[in-house]
Amino acid sequence: MSDLDATVPGGATTMTTEMNPDSRSTDTKNPDSKPARSWKDTLAKITNSSWLTSLLAVIVALVVGAILIAAADGGVQATAEYLFGRPGDFFAALGDSVGSAYSSLFQGAVFNISTSYTVADFFHPLTNTITYSVPLIFAGLALGIGFRAGLFNIGAQGQIVIGATLCGFIGFTWHLPPGIHLIACLVGAFIGGAIWGFIPGILKALTGANEVIVTIMLNSVAVYLLSWLLTLQAFRSPGSFMPISPAVDPSARYPHFFGTAIDLGFVLALVAAVAVWWMMERSTLGFRIRAVGESNDAARTAGMSVAGAYVWVMVIAGGLAGLASTSQLLSGGSQQLNGDIASTFGFDAITVALLGRSKPVGTVLAGLLFGGLRAGGYVMQSVTGTPIDIILVLQSVIVLLIAAPPLVRAIFRLPDPDRRAKVKTPRRQRALAVTAASAEVTSIASVADSTRASAAVLAPSVPADTSPGAAPDILSESNGTEAQS
Amino acid sequence: MRLELRHVTKKFGSFVANDSIDLVVEPGQIHALLGENGAGKSTLMNVLYGLYEADGGEILLDDKPVHFSGPGDAMAAGIGMVHQHFMLIPVFTVAENVVLGHEPVAGFDLINVAKARTMVREISEQFGFEVDPDAIVEDLPVGIQQRVEIIKALSRQAKILILDEPTAVLTPQETDELMDIMRQLKAAGTSIVFITHKLREVQEVADTITVIRLGKVVGEALPTASQVELAEMMVGRAVSLGVDKSVSDGGPVTLEVRDLTLVDTSGITLLDDVSFDVRAGEILAVAGVQGNGQTELAETLIGLSKPTGGTVTLYEDIDGVRTPKNVTGKKVKKILAEGVGFVPEDRSTDGMVHSFSIAENLVLDQVSNPPFSKAGALSMKAIAENAAKQVETFDVRAGSANAPLGTLSGGNQQKVVLARELSRKLTLFIASQPTRGVDVGSIEFIHARIVEERNAGAAVLIISTELNEVTALADRIAVMYKGRFVGIVPPDTQRHVLGLMMAGVPVEEALAQQKGAES
Repeated sequence: MSDLDATVPGGATTMTTEMNPDSRSTDTKNPDSKPARSWKDTLAKITNSSWLTSLLAVIVALVVGAILIAAADGGVQATAEYLFGRPGDFFAALGDSVGSAYSSLFQGAVFNISTSYTVADFFHPLTNTITYSVPLIFAGLALGIGFRAGLFNIGAQGQIVIGATLCGFIGFTWHLPPGIHLIACLVGAFIGGAIWGFIPGILKALTGANEVIVTIMLNSVAVYLLSWLLTLQAFRSPGSFMPISPAVDPSARYPHFFGTAIDLGFVLALVAAVAVWWMMERSTLGFRIRAVGESNDAARTAGMSVAGAYVWVMVIAGGLAGLASTSQLLSGGSQQLNGDIASTFGFDAITVALLGRSKPVGTVLAGLLFGGLRAGGYVMQSVTGTPIDIILVLQSVIVLLIAAPPLVRAIFRLPDPDRRAKVKTPRRQRALAVTAASAEVTSIASVADSTRASAAVLAPSVPADTSPGAAPDILSESNGTEAQS
Repeated sequence: MRLELRHVTKKFGSFVANDSIDLVVEPGQIHALLGENGAGKSTLMNVLYGLYEADGGEILLDDKPVHFSGPGDAMAAGIGMVHQHFMLIPVFTVAENVVLGHEPVAGFDLINVAKARTMVREISEQFGFEVDPDAIVEDLPVGIQQRVEIIKALSRQAKILILDEPTAVLTPQETDELMDIMRQLKAAGTSIVFITHKLREVQEVADTITVIRLGKVVGEALPTASQVELAEMMVGRAVSLGVDKSVSDGGPVTLEVRDLTLVDTSGITLLDDVSFDVRAGEILAVAGVQGNGQTELAETLIGLSKPTGGTVTLYEDIDGVRTPKNVTGKKVKKILAEGVGFVPEDRSTDGMVHSFSIAENLVLDQVSNPPFSKAGALSMKAIAENAAKQVETFDVRAGSANAPLGTLSGGNQQKVVLARELSRKLTLFIASQPTRGVDVGSIEFIHARIVEERNAGAAVLIISTELNEVTALADRIAVMYKGRFVGIVPPDTQRHVLGLMMAGVPVEEALAQQKGAES
C-alpha cells in the first residue's frame, strides 16, 4: 500500500487536472465561448418560453404606458394638486387622458369608428398598420432565423440599407418592362442584404469573430457607404444637389389591391413567412440551423458543418432584411433613396423577432402589432397630443419583459414552467452545488473581484492568464443559478 | 451527532423528488444512500444541506428539530458536504481554500495564513491525509483535492459529513484510500452519509444502507446483502449484473491506429504515439482514469480533432477484398459515412439536442440521407416511422416520440443515442462512457446491445472509466495513462493490476508487483 501512496498522488492525475474532466472542460477548451454561450442561452430561453409571456409583456407595457400618459397629461397634473380634496376629479382626469390616448391609438391602428363614412375609411387605419408592418415582418423574420441559429444578428439595419441601395439603383437606373423590373428590384434588394449578411457570417465561420460586434459595425459602414454613394452623380436626380436619388420607376413598384393602400409587399411578406416556416421546420437546412442553434456541440458531433450553417443563416437573413427595404422604395413613401431609408426598422425588428419568439407566425403578429403602434401613434399624437415617444416606451418595456421571463412571472405570480426539467439536468445540479459553495464562501463576490490581483500575489508561479478563468468561472455559474431561481 | 430525517418531502411542481423520506444516521456510522441516478438522493442531501427548502417533514439533530435556510446554517450546525464537483478555487493554496469564507484574521483584516496552515496541518496529521497546506490546488491530483474538501468540512467542526458520489473521479487505488479515510473519520466519531450507486463500495465500507427508488425509501439493508439483492432493491426488479457473452478473438483488422499524436495549441501532448488495432467482431475497451486522453482519442478517431501525427485507417470489404481507407483528419461527416457509429462521452452536450424531439434526435446525423430527406426537404413520414420503430426496438420509455429528448431520463436518452447510431450497418462502433448516468436496468440492455453489435461483425471500441464495465464487455483491455497506452491486456486481468496500470505502472511491473503481493 505504501508503494501505491507514492505512485498515485505523485503521477496518476497531474494530467487530470490539466485536462480537467468535469464541468469546466468546455470552457477550458475554448475560453471565448463563454459570452457567446450566455447570449445563446438567453436567446434560446426567449425563443422557447411561452406565448403567455409575450401576451403578458404586452399587457404590462400598456399599463406602464398608461401611467406615463397620465403623468404627462396636464389635466391629471392639475387635479393631482388637490387629489385629497376631490379625488374624483383626479380619477376622472386620469381615466380621460388614458382612455382618449388609447382609444385614438386604437382608432389610428385598427378601425376608425368616429369619422367613417365609407368602408374604405373604416378600414383605412388597418391598411396603414399593414403598410407599416411590412418592413418589420421582413426584417423580423430575418432576425428570427439568426436567433434560432444562436446568432445575435443585429445587422438588419445595415442589411436593409445595402438592400435598398441595390434595389433603388436598379429601380431608377434600369428601365425595364413592368413586372420584370419589379422582379429585378426584388432580386437586387435580396442580394444587397445577402452580401451584407454574408460578411459577418463568413467572418464568424472562419475566424469566430463575434457577430454582434461585426454586425453593429457594418450597420455604420452601410449607412456611410450609402451617404457617400448619394454624393455621386449616378445616384442623384439630374440637376439636384440634395443627397436624394431619383424616384424608382413606376414599372418597378408594387401593384395595389382594389385601390387600397395594401399592395403586393404585404403579400410577399406573408409568403416569406410561410417560406421561412417551411425552411426551418421542413428542410434539412432548417434542421441543421436549429440543431446548431440549440447545441452546436451536438451538431458538430453529428457531422454537421456549424460554420456552413452560420454562413447560410446570415446570407438568408441578410436577403430577407434587404427585402424590408422594398416597402420604402417600391411601395408608398417617397420611393427615393436617401440617408434615412432604413428608418429604425432594423432595430425595431429585433423587438418584433423577440416578441414573436423567432417563429414566423409570431413574427407576423408582432410585426402587425408594432405596425399598429406606429400607425396609431401618429394619430394619437395629433388627436390627444400624447407624444409618439410613448410608443417607443411601450416597445422597450415589451422587450425588457420578454427578455426577463422571471420578471413577468413574478408580476403575475406564475409558476416556473421548466423548474422541474432544470432540476433534473446535471447542469442545474452543478450550478446548485456551486451555489452551495458561494454560500459557504461568504464573500465570494469580493473574492472573485480580487482573484486576479490576489492570485498574482498569492501564487506568483501561476501564469497570469490562468487566474481570471478560475474563480470568475465559478461565479458566472452561480450567477446563472440566481437568475434562474 | 445523531441525524434524523422525518417524512421529508420535496416537490418540484407536480414532480415529487422526495416522498416522505425517513432516515436515521447514528453517530459514528457510515450510512450509504444507494439509488439510481434521479432516485432523489442528491435532492434529499440538498434539503439537508439547506439548499432546498423541504415541502414537508422535519430534520432533527440529536433529537432537536432544526431549520436550515442555507448551507451556512447547516455548516454551523455541524453538517459538511463534499460535492461531486469540487468547490475549490484552483489558483489558491490548500490552506487558503480551507479557510475560505471563515478566514482567521490577525488585525487590520489580514488573513492569518500561519493559523490557516497550522489548522490544515493538524487535521491532515490527525487522519494521515498527507496534504501540503502550501500546495496550489490545481497542481494536486483529484484524490488529494477531494481530501482538501474533506479537511475544509472538518475544519468547521463537521460532525456529519455528506459525500456525494465521491468515487466517480478516482482510480481504484484512490478509492481504496478514500475508504480508509472514511473508516478513520468514523473511528473519530464523525458520521458519514455516503451517496453512491456503486454496489461494491457500499458493501465494503457502509454500516447501514438505505435504498431509495423514485423518491421513496425502498428499504434498509446491511452490507452483507448480496450485490444482486441490492441491485434489485435499487431497480425494483430482477437484474443480471454480468454481461452474457463469450470472449471473441475477432476477425480481420477493421480499425488500425498508428502513432496517433495530438498536441493542443498550448503545446500540451494529449495523445502520445497511440497505436492499436480493433478487429471485426471484437470489443476493445479502453480503461483509465478520466482525463488521461480518452476523450481526445475518441474525438480524433471520429474527426472532431485533427491529429498532429499518425494515421487512422479503416478496412472494409469491397467485393470480397479487404481495402484500407485512410481517414486521418477527415471530416466527421465523411467518417460517419464510412460506417462508423459514435456515442460521445458527454451525451448531454455532444450527443443530443435537448429541445429536439426523440424523432428528430434519432436522425440527427442521418438527416441529409435518404429516406429521411429528399432534395433538401425532410420526409416527416420517414422520420416518424423510424422513430416508432426505434422507440419500440430500444424500449425507449416516453409518452410520445415527439416529446423533447431533454425531458427523458438519462437511461432513455442514452438509448435514443444508441438507437440512432446502431440503426444502420456499422463497420466500427465507438462508444465513450456508454452507460454514464444510466440506471442499472438500462445498463443491462445497453451492454447487451453492444455485444450484439460485436456479434454482428462490427469492430467495437469502448472507452470507459468504470472498471466493471470494461471488464464485463472487453475482449481485450487497453489502459490509458497521460495520453499513452500503458498496455493491452486480456479481460481476466486482475482489478488491482489494472488499477496500477491506470496509475501509469507498466504492465510487466504491475504484474510483478501483484505477484510479489500474493507471495
